[in-house]
Amino acid sequence: MQRPTFRLTLPILFGYVPLGMAFGVLFTTQLDYAWWIAPLMGVFVYAGAGQILAVSLLAASAGLAEVFVAMFVLNARHLFYGLSLLGQFRGAGWRKAYLIFALTDETYSLLTSRVRGENFRQEQRLDFRISALNQLYWVIGCGVGALLGQNVAFDSTGIEFALVALFIVLTIEQLKSLGASSLGIRSLGENFPVWIGAVAAAMAMMLLPSAHQLIGAIVMATLALLLQYRRSRQTAAKAGQDCHG
Amino acid sequence: MAETYYITAFVAVTALATFATRVIPFLFFERHTEHPLVQHLGRYLPAAVMALLATIFLQRSAHWEAPFPGLDAMVPGLLVIAVHLWRGNALLSISAGTIAYMAIQQSGWV
Repeated sequence: MQRPTFRLTLPILFGYVPLGMAFGVLFTTQLDYAWWIAPLMGVFVYAGAGQILAVSLLAASAGLAEVFVAMFVLNARHLFYGLSLLGQFRGAGWRKAYLIFALTDETYSLLTSRVRGENFRQEQRLDFRISALNQLYWVIGCGVGALLGQNVAFDSTGIEFALVALFIVLTIEQLKSLGASSLGIRSLGENFPVWIGAVAAAMAMMLLPSAHQLIGAIVMATLALLLQYRRSRQTAAKAGQDCHG
Repeated sequence: MAETYYITAFVAVTALATFATRVIPFLFFERHTEHPLVQHLGRYLPAAVMALLATIFLQRSAHWEAPFPGLDAMVPGLLVIAVHLWRGNALLSISAGTIAYMAIQQSGWV
């Protein structure tokens, strides 16, 4: 039971440790606060892009109201993640609060794309272990990076690409779980969410300033899915009418 | 002392704002889990979000004013796709792409 869980989270380990380290290095090289505040933020905040944004807010000694708004907007994409996990987390008891707290981009995609067994409770316990392991990797990364940034000079330029590579891999995995054949043209039908996402991103990047691109693209993609939902309902309703009429 | 207060409040506020974005759907949509719209979003939104995150972050890691605009991120990005389709091993795909990107950025090849 434990070994498959660990193996499932391995990609996150190799994404989070370097990324957490990048944050840690940034934290101690840019700021004068104690190094251990970096892993502490990993424990209590636990948001990749959010914590990196926090470094620049701390450097500017930003007002707390401004900090709240900036963090909320940056993390607003999480508002949409919970929607797809409402049923999956139902009745998870004390674990539920933590599952919600720990719902990062990567944990979300892992929990929504992994193969699930019959036993609902057991799968929830597995979700919990996956979430906790992922956060552990993140906190370790933050701590090691903060210590490194304080003590060693090394060229980590470009290490943040691990995040991009992770998102690419997760997109491919999502395609697979939607039943597509490789990057398949054959089953284009089930690939449409990926195209919606890519086109929404392209439009957001052309139309919006970089601070609002992420949330803008998510809103556009959600709207596109809503339209597509409405259309499929109408088609289904019409088909039903034709049958009876 | 004022600094200790600020950093404590700062961490509390960032933690609260982040948790708020994660918990709101569970507070307001809990009773609508079986609704076909919620199920529709649950099925297709993850893939759309992953694709848009990949697209946006890939674009941001590229240099568009270089002699070959965007090539410094596109090459490692394509490498990730190729290695992942070839071996299906996430670790291998991510490290191959990251090492390639670091090499390109640090040497200034592109």
